Amino acid sequence: MAHQISIRIDGKLVKVSAGSSILDAALAAGKDIPALCHMKGLSAVGACRLCVVELAGVGRLLPACTTPAADGMSVTTVSQKLTKYRRMILEMLFAERNHVCSVCVSNNHCELQALAARLGVTNVRFAYSYPKLSADTSHPRFVLDHNRCILCTRCVRVCAELEGAHVWDVMSRGTGSRLVCDMNQPWGASKGCTSCGKCVQACPTGALAEKGWCVEEMAKQPARVSRLAVIRGGGQ
Amino acid sequence: MSKAKIATCWLDGCSGCHMSLLDLDETLIQVARKADIVFGPLVDAQEFPEGVDVALVEGAVSSYDDQRLLQTIRRRSQVLVALGDCAVTGNVSSMRNGIPVKKLLERIYVQGAAEAQAVPSDGVPGLLKQAGPLHETVKVDLHIPGCPPKPDAIGFAVLELLEGRKPDMASKVKFG
Ligand code: SF4
Ligand code: SF4
Ligand code: FES
Repeated sequence: MAHQISIRIDGKLVKVSAGSSILDAALAAGKDIPALCHMKGLSAVGACRLCVVELAGVGRLLPACTTPAADGMSVTTVSQKLTKYRRMILEMLFAERNHVCSVCVSNNHCELQALAARLGVTNVRFAYSYPKLSADTSHPRFVLDHNRCILCTRCVRVCAELEGAHVWDVMSRGTGSRLVCDMNQPWGASKGCTSCGKCVQACPTGALAEKGWCVEEMAKQPARVSRLAVIRGGGQ
Repeated sequence: MSKAKIATCWLDGCSGCHMSLLDLDETLIQVARKADIVFGPLVDAQEFPEGVDVALVEGAVSSYDDQRLLQTIRRRSQVLVALGDCAVTGNVSSMRNGIPVKKLLERIYVQGAAEAQAVPSDGVPGLLKQAGPLHETVKVDLHIPGCPPKPDAIGFAVLELLEGRKPDMASKVKFG
């Protein structure tokens, strides 16, 4: 059995095995830290920054999913400061693409939308960028709509680490970053895609969806994909 | 005590937010005891009056007329509320934003029309380059998102405002 360490989470003492992330430790302590890119069973990448926490003695905020818990750490997961930054992060995600919830296939089933409600984001203070983005409808069963993608890379990881196909990647930089299929080809032309649908189920928004569903009809099963990944012994 | 003045307004939206307003049901009676509705699609008044206490604005700012009216509303109202997703985020009205106005109008009124193929110009307001949320044009005091917003969120906000309090909408957020 892995060696145990103790850390304090919001004042409560928690014992976890060495090598756990702060997010795992918080989960073990019954804390539900907001998170978008994290998926249990897949590697942690720290892409969304929603899981930021305060660490005693450290001046800056740290993502809980990629920061390893260390013996004697004292972590704060709920504070006004954290709420302020988590709200800003959500607002930036909304401003960066065209998230038109009312006509989205995943309206009312979306993790981004649900977090806005949970954190009380009533409006976006940053200027919307209204980028002109496309949707890839070339796959016979699935659609990729860049308008809704938050670049969490859950699809990239689930396809590479669980399905073993590694169809997805992210190209370019900054606000120009785009999810790409293979070497930037239409999804329908991919020889590697097994059409397993894991990426669709893992995607937290309406960016990846099955064809044939209308507004509000695409509910996903990320927990099922995650359980499968854990059984296969994937990274935390 | 004189009654408070509420105004409502419908910019580039579908009127769904106003439907939701009517869906307040018996709360409407409570509101009516405290305030008069002095302007809006439900009232005859032609000009937006002075001295409005609470203005509820539905829809995105999409045309030069929207822009002018919104500026008037701001000048003449104590509290300006963005009502619904179009007013709060741009929502469906902003889905045209990636397309140049001229191309958009031609696609609809010329290529898309079976007859009388011409872009209308007389008596219709010019479109802005992009449709956007109210707060990109004027200062907004309160946002009630939702497409449409839930009647209980609208009722709570309006009654709180009429009591002179600033409602905390954090627990009533719903986009879409
Ligand atoms: S359907 Fe399966 S194989 Fe195809 S891209 Fe998605 S996860 Fe990868
Ligand atoms: S398509 Fe979905 S899962 Fe993939 S990066 Fe975009 S939001 Fe994340
Ligand atoms: S969940 Fe930790 S950065 Fe996204």
